[in-house]
Amino acid sequence: MRNIKQGRWSIACVCMVLGFMLAVQFRTTEDLKHSLPYQRVEELSERLLQMEKERDALKEELDAVKAKAGENSTDSELKLRADLMPLEGPGVIVRMDDSTQKSKAGENPNLYVIHDDDILRVINELRAAGAEAISINGQRLVGTSEIRCAGPTLSVNNVRSAAPFEIHAIGDKTTLENALKMRGGVVETLKVWGIQLEITASDAVYVPPYKGIRKYEYAEVAAEKEGMK
Amino acid sequence: MILPVLGLLVGLILGSISPVLIPMAYAKFFSIALLASLDSVFGGLRAAMNEKFDNAVFISGFFTNALLAAFLVYMGDRLGIDLYYVALLAFGFRMFQNLAFLRRHILRKH
Repeated sequence: MRNIKQGRWSIACVCMVLGFMLAVQFRTTEDLKHSLPYQRVEELSERLLQMEKERDALKEELDAVKAKAGENSTDSELKLRADLMPLEGPGVIVRMDDSTQKSKAGENPNLYVIHDDDILRVINELRAAGAEAISINGQRLVGTSEIRCAGPTLSVNNVRSAAPFEIHAIGDKTTLENALKMRGGVVETLKVWGIQLEITASDAVYVPPYKGIRKYEYAEVAAEKEGMK
Repeated sequence: MILPVLGLLVGLILGSISPVLIPMAYAKFFSIALLASLDSVFGGLRAAMNEKFDNAVFISGFFTNALLAAFLVYMGDRLGIDLYYVALLAFGFRMFQNLAFLRRHILRKH
């Protein structure tokens, strides 16, 4: 221990530096925790959790109410026409995914990604071929459904989903398939950009019901007027 | 043994009253430097217990270890190699070894 005595001043100095560093680091860490972005993240994640809980509770309530309403109602025909019934029947399932090709230098890489208009063209073709019910990634298409790009995702019925997209359509399978595959048709055009499109015909295509709420805030029922367009 | 503890206390007080704060970008390097210096201090204690303490080695080790550790982590950041965790592991491992040695030494003494 004699050697220590000899260097005790230097050790004290080193210890002082160490203490200084420790204190500064401690304060820095403390400061970081109280910084705005950190707090904001915590606050936001808390709110998200709360909202998710609320949403789940409301969903359960909705299911309960729906179950109760379904018991005594005989208006399944009405519900069917309002796209509120799950349907199953022969049809096609179209799977679309982004291109696996690499975009060439100088070319717009957007051409190789699925856009809303690509999906719209497929949907249009399916409807023209007499599809009775269509859904995209589990979202039933109704009269008020939108199909549009929302950043890198696709928004249908205000629900977003990302590629790959699965379009279920109930109708005459061969007509539907041929409508898409016809020469110069949608499939051929999309193949140019390498967008993957896979069509499977099936005898049991499931289309879920519309899950949203429809409100008529502005429209009012009016008497039919002859000759008015 | 009073002088080092006193030094530590003075350092702690100085650090907590001084307005110095490490910016976010350098916090990583500073923490690694701190770990390296902690390791050197424990190493020094161990050497003292072994009666092999050398003042010059201790002082130079303390500063070069800290600076080198921070510098290497910085270089690793630049090169895309995350040396932070490597240093963390190496110094942490050694620190615990030194601690275990000190504990055993003290137990044997008493």
